[in-house]
Amino acid sequence: MSDTATVSTETATYRRPSGLNAIYQDSRVIAWRNLVHLPRTPQLVIFTLIQPIMFVLLFTYVFGGAIGKALPPGVSYAQFLIPGIMVQTLVFGTSATAVGLAEDLQNGIIDRFRSLPISRSAVLNGRILADMIRLTAVATVLVVIGYVVGFRFQGGLGLGLLMILVAVAFGTSMCWIMTNIGMRVKDAETAQTAGFVWLFPLTFISSVFTPVYTMPAWLQVFARNNPVTLVANLLRALSVGEVLPGSTWVSMSLPVFLWIVGITAVAAPLAVNRYRQA
Amino acid sequence: MPPIIEVENLHKSFGDTHALAGVSFQVERGSVLGLLGPNGAGKTTAVRVLATLLAPDQGTARVGGLDVSTQANAVRSIIGLTGQYAAVDEKLTGAENLRMVGRLLGMSSSQARSRATVLLERFDLSDAADRQVTTYSGGMRRRVDLAVSLVGSPEVLFLDEPTTGLDPASRSELWAITRELVADGTTVLLTTQYLDEADELADRIVVIDHGQVIEEGTADELKDRTGGRSLEIEFETSAELAAAASVLQPFSAKGELQQNEQDCLLSLSVDSDTALAVRAIAALTDAGLSPADFRLHRPSLDDVFMALTGHGTETEEQEGPDSIPGNAKSGDTNTEAMNS
Repeated sequence: MSDTATVSTETATYRRPSGLNAIYQDSRVIAWRNLVHLPRTPQLVIFTLIQPIMFVLLFTYVFGGAIGKALPPGVSYAQFLIPGIMVQTLVFGTSATAVGLAEDLQNGIIDRFRSLPISRSAVLNGRILADMIRLTAVATVLVVIGYVVGFRFQGGLGLGLLMILVAVAFGTSMCWIMTNIGMRVKDAETAQTAGFVWLFPLTFISSVFTPVYTMPAWLQVFARNNPVTLVANLLRALSVGEVLPGSTWVSMSLPVFLWIVGITAVAAPLAVNRYRQA
Repeated sequence: MPPIIEVENLHKSFGDTHALAGVSFQVERGSVLGLLGPNGAGKTTAVRVLATLLAPDQGTARVGGLDVSTQANAVRSIIGLTGQYAAVDEKLTGAENLRMVGRLLGMSSSQARSRATVLLERFDLSDAADRQVTTYSGGMRRRVDLAVSLVGSPEVLFLDEPTTGLDPASRSELWAITRELVADGTTVLLTTQYLDEADELADRIVVIDHGQVIEEGTADELKDRTGGRSLEIEFETSAELAAAASVLQPFSAKGELQQNEQDCLLSLSVDSDTALAVRAIAALTDAGLSPADFRLHRPSLDDVFMALTGHGTETEEQEGPDSIPGNAKSGDTNTEAMNS
């Protein structure tokens, strides 16, 4: 131990920002902290990069031949698959939000943050901000691997970017659900399960991998109204630059918009409220 | 000058568990208060209320004259908290942890960087500064945790069981750091299960059990109530025991010579006078008596509790004489207030 006595006597001059600026600054620091975690968490690297690449290759070359026959003539499986697998991958990626938050609560770092004079919403905002960046990276990786297997932004780059934006916006609303799960379970292992299992029916009973009309009638009811289907269909429309027969841009995008806003409007206040009481 | 920490009639329940059932105490500015009690006594709950992490059901707590419920954010800017389990980000490096907290406190990047450098040096962590905390030893982890609590130069520092699970060397290292901080004028509230730790560091000790303060005083005052060290001598037969008792009668100036017929055990109060113990053994040998065994018994927290409450501390294992309690308990989990 060095014998200096400077710890308590040193008076650095700094002051906390106030109001919205404080929320912004604090959220940014927390987001930075969560992003630094990414490359240091092998599991997340696999989820973020390896898994989507593997899924695209597996589905294109293993199932593509069979499922492609069910598609309307002239539609390639890669063109059908990439928007769908983008929703599926982003939705699965949101479970990391629940796990990360449960871990933070379990090991006491949240207590550390709560004992600091920082804005109360920063910890959740920062995590969501980092997750948005993570989801954007995943979506970008998918587009790149998509281009390798034959996917193209047929409606132009503008609509292509809009497709990524919609996918990330939907993923972000799902992250807010995951923050609620992360704060209500007792440990990271439970969060892993609780944040994961229900995603299988949600993403598979949808138009993500196969057209809905190939499913039994009773299942189609769920599949057609599943927000994942609605998002996947909108992403497909944006990727080719034209809407499904019998739809308009408004009829395709309004339900998606309402789902995103609705999920966020319910889940975010619940999460912030829960955080204040934690 | 008013006390820097004022706790009055604090109540907090979790379901049917009354973690705090009317706790009151005060801490003078610049002093060290030891909050002593067994697992589940309410120590951690008290610290969590004072650190604004938990709202009390009833009662008031003020830190630096600020109410922890209504002026929480102002309280947060003058306190530092080091928990029983190191609350640092294990995936970040030591330096990153310190810089992050500096930035959150409103420092600029360069201010946070230089503050981190100062603290890392102070806590002998410069070499490990750029390693992830996951790779740190238990002692290093506790030091970086303490360093993180000190980024904002807090007036009041809460140390919640700071040495639980640490090896003896790390323990005394942490004690030394704490003394330095106090010398710098920091007020420290320390919770511990170990009497010797409170004895080492605390100016005053508040003993807490079942959510209530059962005793308060300096370490010496508490020890007076439980008796100091005693020499325990074991014999093979009760005849020897009786003979030894009469030999040792002159040594028990304070009349504290106890015979335990059942275990053939003789117990002589010696306090800090080890020479007295040596003379007593010599006297027995001169009288032709050879004890089967003898040892110096130091009062443990258990003895304090026996003396104060008539019941033990409910931490099942009995510490051996003069053992260092830090080792045996490393696996303990604190059952109180883990509901965060």
